[in-house]
Amino acid sequence: MTDLLLPLPILIAFATAILTFFFRKGPEGRWVSVAGSALMLVAGGMLLAEVLANGVQAAQMGNWPAPFGITLVADTLSAIMVVITAITALAVSVYAISDVTREMEAVGYHTLFHTLIAGVMGAFLTGDLFNLYVWFEVMLISSFGLLVMGGKRVQMDAGIKYVTLNLISTVLFLSGIGLLYGVTGTLNMADLHTAVQTADAGLITVIAMMFLVGFGVKAAVFPLFFWLPAAYHTPAFAVSAVFAGLLTKVGVYALLRMFTLVFTRDVGFTHGLLLWVAVATMVTGVLGAAAQTDFRRILSFHIVSQIGYMVLGLALYTPLALTGAVFYLVHHIIVKANLFLVSGVANRIAGGTNIDRIGGLYKGAPLLAFLFLIPAFSLAGFPPLSGFWAKFVLVKASLDLELWFVAFAALAVGLMTIYSMTKIWGRAFWAPHPGGTVPSLSSLPLSERVTLLVPIAFLASLTIVIGLFPEPFVQVAARAAAELLDPTAYLAAVLGGPS
Amino acid sequence: MEFLIALMVGALVAAAVYLMLARNVLRFLFGLLLISNAANLLIFASGGLTPESPPLIPEGAKLPPEGVANALPQALVLTAIVIGFGLFAFALVLIYRGYQTMGTLDSDEMRLAEPEDGH
Repeated sequence: MTDLLLPLPILIAFATAILTFFFRKGPEGRWVSVAGSALMLVAGGMLLAEVLANGVQAAQMGNWPAPFGITLVADTLSAIMVVITAITALAVSVYAISDVTREMEAVGYHTLFHTLIAGVMGAFLTGDLFNLYVWFEVMLISSFGLLVMGGKRVQMDAGIKYVTLNLISTVLFLSGIGLLYGVTGTLNMADLHTAVQTADAGLITVIAMMFLVGFGVKAAVFPLFFWLPAAYHTPAFAVSAVFAGLLTKVGVYALLRMFTLVFTRDVGFTHGLLLWVAVATMVTGVLGAAAQTDFRRILSFHIVSQIGYMVLGLALYTPLALTGAVFYLVHHIIVKANLFLVSGVANRIAGGTNIDRIGGLYKGAPLLAFLFLIPAFSLAGFPPLSGFWAKFVLVKASLDLELWFVAFAALAVGLMTIYSMTKIWGRAFWAPHPGGTVPSLSSLPLSERVTLLVPIAFLASLTIVIGLFPEPFVQVAARAAAELLDPTAYLAAVLGGPS
Repeated sequence: MEFLIALMVGALVAAAVYLMLARNVLRFLFGLLLISNAANLLIFASGGLTPESPPLIPEGAKLPPEGVANALPQALVLTAIVIGFGLFAFALVLIYRGYQTMGTLDSDEMRLAEPEDGH
């Protein structure tokens, strides 16, 4: 059963990609895309239920026993990430029905979208380091195509920066894999956990640094984040929403996985460094956002700032802190993808994303204003929304370790986030439109209104549900954190032996 | 033998970093090509070099004799070369399109997505 369940999300994504390629000339492709995403959500839900009921699941591909073959593993963290990826994919593929142009569909938007999702799913599920590299590449090449799709001049500029910086990170990751294989003779992550214990600690730390920089570029941490605010405001809105929700989080996931399972020989040094990286990421991201006036660029800098919180959870390396990091990941993906979707509707009805040149959205489209307020306040950490609990857990974890400065930075960055969100609110929603028009949702045809607003409302309601009933979500996150800190179950599931 | 390969990796990385520090993005791309080949060579060498002992299993035996070449790094390198080639081809076309639309290869002048006044 699990032999089928584990590769299923990846297989569905690839099958949808192939099907949509055949339907790229007609309108059927978008419905195939939505159906594929819905199936993925079902498969992801079944996987999560299985993992919650029976513990860590592993499947050996091609029946080659670990550590010789490629293993797919789902612990609680992987299963959560698969479900949240499917939720994002579903919301964005519904939104794309109205947002993506016929020209983009004809050159294969849906196909690239689903290969991107396949890459993300694969990265979350693999238990083999080189296989992780391959999934990263699947994801990367799809994202390249999506980023420049549409061919606007500004996209070419953004594309060059995004592509070049991500390729450097790829080379570092690949070299790290080569060196790690040279030292330990294995690439299976569970097997690596055992193998690095007897290897030269100094050498392992050097390799850990290569992985830190490689994944750090993907996750957009300080000082490696410059490609992100240069690129995320240029592609189609559906594309930027899925990028904002998922891509950097794959980098964070890889950091979480490698720095709890493999690189734990010198926690004082590696995680101490991560702590400073986290604080610097939070602060520079939020300060960068304060200087921007484009809706999506403000949001892009906030991605950077929020990545800092997740890395902070990893750096503190206590059960509570890791719980916070996992909870933050889930909260952030929902909220951030949603804010980018809102910016797309604002662009549609108000005629732009520069908040100095649009306005009147509250007067003309109060429903959109309400749907913006939920993720925006959640991002800033207002109770009782999901962001409040995420920040609360992380601040409490840093106070428990008596890291007053870190807790202060986390709270101050939250305050600065409110500043940015009120700036968007004040200028784009509250102030009158400088052109004198009143943007209204009724300027859109009914079918577009439905497909654009339903995903936004769906993600916003998830934010509220997590905020009002955080207990079960925190418990699942705590379970994921416990599995990260004590990989016994993970090792037993992959390598066999007593469980 | 390992020592020579290590030197070669070092030389490739040095040349690549020099090229990648240039403002001209085409030079940067050539640097990237060199450094990805350095990474491939690194993986190849990290599997251990065993000349003149191909990983063949004699007829009738179940295992290869001791000391044969490790085939895994070669498989990894092969995968990495293919992926690297695809990415390089894409990046080359992208830079060409970028040159057509922006009329420059100087990365300091590529300010379309990030205008200097922040708007």
